[in-house]
Amino acid sequence: MTEARHERAPGDRPSREMDASAPSEFLVYTIGLFVAVLLTATSFWAANTTLLWPGGVFLGLAVLAIAQMGIHLVFFLHMTSGPESTNNVLALAFGLLIVFVVVAGTMWIMADMNANMIMPSGAPMSMRMQH
Amino acid sequence: MNIAAAIDSVPLEALPSASEAGPAPKRIVVAYGFWIFLLSDIVMFAALFASYAVLVRSTAGGPTGAQLFNQATVAIETACLLVSSYTCGLMSLAINSRRRLGTYFGALITFALGATFLGLEIREFASMIAIGATPQRSAFLSAFFTLVGCHGLHVTLGLIWLIVMMVQVAVFGFAARVQRRLLCFSLFWHALDIVWVGVFTVVYLMGVSL
Repeated sequence: MTEARHERAPGDRPSREMDASAPSEFLVYTIGLFVAVLLTATSFWAANTTLLWPGGVFLGLAVLAIAQMGIHLVFFLHMTSGPESTNNVLALAFGLLIVFVVVAGTMWIMADMNANMIMPSGAPMSMRMQH
Repeated sequence: MNIAAAIDSVPLEALPSASEAGPAPKRIVVAYGFWIFLLSDIVMFAALFASYAVLVRSTAGGPTGAQLFNQATVAIETACLLVSSYTCGLMSLAINSRRRLGTYFGALITFALGATFLGLEIREFASMIAIGATPQRSAFLSAFFTLVGCHGLHVTLGLIWLIVMMVQVAVFGFAARVQRRLLCFSLFWHALDIVWVGVFTVVYLMGVSL
């Protein structure tokens, strides 16, 4: 009973004494590198190809970037869903919430204000006020 | 008392839970605090990303991203930072098993790749400024230099930090406090790579297809 069940430090791997089935740490990093290279190459290909519909490329790039960030978090920073990394994941979730609010909120508000600015000069005042 | 006895009888609860176990070891506290700092840093980058996204079309008649950005340079920069993140991970494996030579080797490659990244970025900035695409030229370029320059500044600080850590390993060996700082460094370096994923996607790849 001397060992206590503590949280794990962010970036630390679960020790192999506690979980013998855990894959080797070298393998984890190498898989992460492989998948990240694959996603990066796909991003660069998608941005330069003419095969894809340009409107979809934008969304595809965003999805690939978010996927790659996830790969980095799991394979390089060793974020897990296990109970010993609850604190780390909760802090991350709060950070992501703020990131989402800042980015999406800014873009939404500024696009809305832009839409209100670019009105034909002859438009009646009532149309400008409708937002 | 009954409740405590009931908890103890559950076989999975052989170890006391975190709330009963008293203060966590310093390594966990330090790394968690640094994790909070990194998340606040990422929130700051989110604000820079948001301002870039808003200002990306405000070129004021000046050069656009599609005219300025060189994809080949960005691809090499991305490869450098990604592989340096990998070697930083291998370095932390060497640290955990207290292999001094492996630590130095991992740090050397990480530093070389980070310095290559920084050199390419500085060259890119210099070539942009040489053709008049300075931060003063347009709101788009102000936002670009702020966002990408802020990331470059972080990489610079990371490289200085890496040198300081290698000196500490040489002087103090793998003392507990040195290991804690090395853990924080590797968190910092991996986080920088995550931010770079956002930079090359939002700035360079989406900028070309605008």
